[in-house]
Amino acid sequence: MYTKDGENYYIVDAHVALWDARPENQANIHGKQFIDCFYDYHRNLSPESELWSYEEYLYYGGARLMKDLFQDGYVDHAIFQPAHLGAFYKNGFGQTEEAFALTQRHPDKLTYNHCFDPRLEQAGLDQLRRDAERFGLKGVKLYTAEWRDDSRGYKLDDPWCRRYLEACLELGIRNIHVHKGPTIRPLDRDAFDVADIDKVATDYTDLNFVVEHCGLPRLEDFCWIATQEPNVHAGLAVAMPFIHTRPRYFAQIIGELLYWLDEDRIQFSSDYALWTPKWLVERFVDFQIPEDMTEYAPLTTDQKRKILGLNAAAMYDLPVPEELQVRRIETQAVSVA
Amino acid sequence: MREHDAYTAHHAVYDPELDEPVTDLGFVRSLTVEGTEVTVHLRLPTSFCSPNFAYLMASDAKDVLTALDWVERVHVVLDDHHDSDLINRGLAADAGYRGTFGDEAEQDLDELRLIFRRKAHTAAMERALTRLLREDRELTEEALHDITLADLPDHRTTHALLRRRAALGLDTAPSAPVLVDDHGTPYPREEVPLRLRFARSVRISIDGNAHFCRGLLRTRYPESATDQTPRDQEVHAS
Repeated sequence: MYTKDGENYYIVDAHVALWDARPENQANIHGKQFIDCFYDYHRNLSPESELWSYEEYLYYGGARLMKDLFQDGYVDHAIFQPAHLGAFYKNGFGQTEEAFALTQRHPDKLTYNHCFDPRLEQAGLDQLRRDAERFGLKGVKLYTAEWRDDSRGYKLDDPWCRRYLEACLELGIRNIHVHKGPTIRPLDRDAFDVADIDKVATDYTDLNFVVEHCGLPRLEDFCWIATQEPNVHAGLAVAMPFIHTRPRYFAQIIGELLYWLDEDRIQFSSDYALWTPKWLVERFVDFQIPEDMTEYAPLTTDQKRKILGLNAAAMYDLPVPEELQVRRIETQAVSVA
Repeated sequence: MREHDAYTAHHAVYDPELDEPVTDLGFVRSLTVEGTEVTVHLRLPTSFCSPNFAYLMASDAKDVLTALDWVERVHVVLDDHHDSDLINRGLAADAGYRGTFGDEAEQDLDELRLIFRRKAHTAAMERALTRLLREDRELTEEALHDITLADLPDHRTTHALLRRRAALGLDTAPSAPVLVDDHGTPYPREEVPLRLRFARSVRISIDGNAHFCRGLLRTRYPESATDQTPRDQEVHAS
């Protein structure tokens, strides 16, 4: 919980990771390129006081995660959203066993989401059923640009992926977090194209699709889809730290999301350990839309409460103390057709 | 002199997504001339920048330099990218996009280029119209329906819009309406506020990406800072 000016905020960090990118776990040069890219994101968008050394960044472990999130970071509950990246890391990037063990020790504080890859076809589908039972899955994290053998990615509306999504419905996995990245095939399409999300959101209305970093770098396409699909949500991973480096741009992102979606479908996350939650929570509570941006209404305290935790808490049935709640409103899709 | 000539020609190579010359973005790491041979090294903000865009910029660079009358050989090399080997082999062999990427490519890059030309036009349209709204507080969003190119001031946001329209083959006559779709067709009056709003989100996306990519490039290659030309403040007014 975070308290400022007499207001209390329940905090859910909806996208965290426990990764191992040390050289001994890198399978090839791409493992190094990937973590170097993350580290540049970290260095480029963090305040100087929050910078980690490269060594710390490669691997930080569970104790550090608990401290950064719950002791220093005001977080009440965090959700693991692992990326496997088996083509880049020998034992995977996200550390499944370590993260799940931590979740079992702190079930009130942590939720473990797992990942699947529909290109594994039937074997992967069988594995998903076992994983759902073992981890008690409420959600999955999908990285559609993940490499596998010769493939550089897949689409959510591919036939096998649809079968996985149908299995999710059956297994009670309601929350599908989607991350878009480059190199998805075929290459003559826009690698960040979010059109496949539109298709599956229409076909599987009982699933929530949380689009990480709110579709950036395709904010406009994401907003256009999300305004028509009430089960599409915006995750603020990667968008949050712009609050420091480019607050006016951050204001526009939040302003657009509130216009095209609504305040119930936006979720805070630090994307830990890309960034740490402490400063992001502090800055967001202090944040206001600049006065000269008259196209956007000022952010209210209740909107901040929802974004910082109540929205994700509702999606994951997390118990929130009554005094930290606000009155919920119904979500409605806006017709733009 | 020839290096200057080659660098000037290189200004015509755009990052399709950011709608800016790659020279201004700092993506040209080096350009050297030996006699009639030009060698260009390109660098990008991350190892994982989309390989199709990377290829597109690199092959455009090869094309504009090859077109110079004194040039006999051009080497374009993409540095530090996850697909550097593949792309550099393809460029050296003039293998073309499909020859370079094989199975991963289905068609060609024209459609992709078109998508981003349309986005660039939408953003330019929003910049011109938002500028108009800010200068004339009496003007309502709905009234933008009747604004034609002749109503726009002689200003670089207008010139930029005209260039984007020309690139898409849209009407550039003074009587042509400003707020149009990708095919040059005006929207119904009642849709104007929504369409302007959407155009704004396109502009915010492009401007935001441009700043992020520039920043990441400087983080990755600190020496690139001096090569970057500041992004025109006027075009991302807000």
